[in-house]
Amino acid sequence: MMEFDVQTWIKVAAFSGGGLAMGFGAIGAAIGEGYTAAEANSAISRNPEMAGDIFKAMLVGQAIAESASIFALVVAMILLFTNFAAESFVTVSVLLASGLSMGLGAIGSGVGSGFPAGAACQGMARQPAASGRLTTNMLIGSAVCQTPAIFALVTSFILLFTNFSGRPVSPTWAAVLGAGLAAGLGAIGSGLGGGLVAQASCEGVARQPLTATPVTNVMLLGQAVTQTTAIYGLLVAFVLMFKNFVPTDSIAPPMALLGAGLCMGIGAIGPGIGEGFTAQSTVRWIARNVEATADLTRVMLVGQAVAESTGIYSLVIALVLIFVV
Amino acid sequence: MAIEGVDLVKAAAFLGAGLSMGLGAIGPGIGEGMAAAKACESIGKNPKEAGLLTRTMLVGQAVSESTGIYSLVIALLLLFVV
Repeated sequence: MMEFDVQTWIKVAAFSGGGLAMGFGAIGAAIGEGYTAAEANSAISRNPEMAGDIFKAMLVGQAIAESASIFALVVAMILLFTNFAAESFVTVSVLLASGLSMGLGAIGSGVGSGFPAGAACQGMARQPAASGRLTTNMLIGSAVCQTPAIFALVTSFILLFTNFSGRPVSPTWAAVLGAGLAAGLGAIGSGLGGGLVAQASCEGVARQPLTATPVTNVMLLGQAVTQTTAIYGLLVAFVLMFKNFVPTDSIAPPMALLGAGLCMGIGAIGPGIGEGFTAQSTVRWIARNVEATADLTRVMLVGQAVAESTGIYSLVIALVLIFVV
Repeated sequence: MAIEGVDLVKAAAFLGAGLSMGLGAIGPGIGEGMAAAKACESIGKNPKEAGLLTRTMLVGQAVSESTGIYSLVIALLLLFVV
């Protein structure tokens, strides 16, 4: 086997991390923006007189969906063009984790932000008078969709700009990798789910502009609940990055920390998407039957709470892996 | 650094516990969300039956939760028993 020095391994990790960040990071925004463009075309064919407004809304919506990918581009550029100090092998893992975190974290928000933009385009064709309100609603909804990607960006930046080289190589290498995966994978479900909710609210505002206020309010409530699993991912990532671990020669403690990150990251995907479905349907029906708003909101929160439970199990197992075993 | 057999088994159990709970949370999360989505849709169509619909939703969700609980049990077994 060939032996390389730390400097070489750090370069390898920086370039691989940069590639992973931009590669994964390109998936979401491209799908989301393609969906928006498809909906915009269909909307223009329905109401060609609104073509100008719909085109503008499409571009604004796509610009927001693009931001998750731009975060990934920034992280990839930093990884490619920074000279990282070759002090410790931990840096190898830190750089990979930072790329993975931002790359995976951009998927959900990119796809999710495409949904409200598409619905806003369709809405303008259907209800030209509500264009202003639709644009506002789309901007609020897509902005909330971006928060999971921002969590991933924060984790990625902390990994890049904190000096981990004083920490013991084992188990810190696994802790930082786990942190990147928890924040990155954890952002996928919430980004997608938040997009579904915002889509239904844009659709609802166009269907019945008089219900815009309850529709926007319940959208924000539903999106907030949908974000919780991404916040669990961020929480586990922070614990993994900032807790001081005792040095070890054994392989079990690092695997426990990596397992904790994977557990929380993957475990956050399902509840995020499921809670998004729930809130999407609730918001859609508030627009059709505004008298039932109170009942619908209550049942939405109960349903989301039950769907949240497996996310909480994941959080518990992740914390047991970090603090108990 | 020499890795002993016992150590490797423990490492696999920890990683397995994390994967078990993480992957096992995907299905129930999405499924229960869909159940709640349909319940909300039905309440929107027929608000008078809100009580019955909420009850049915909760029973359905409880059943679809079971696989999530299996994952939790397996994860805890891997962590503390095996």
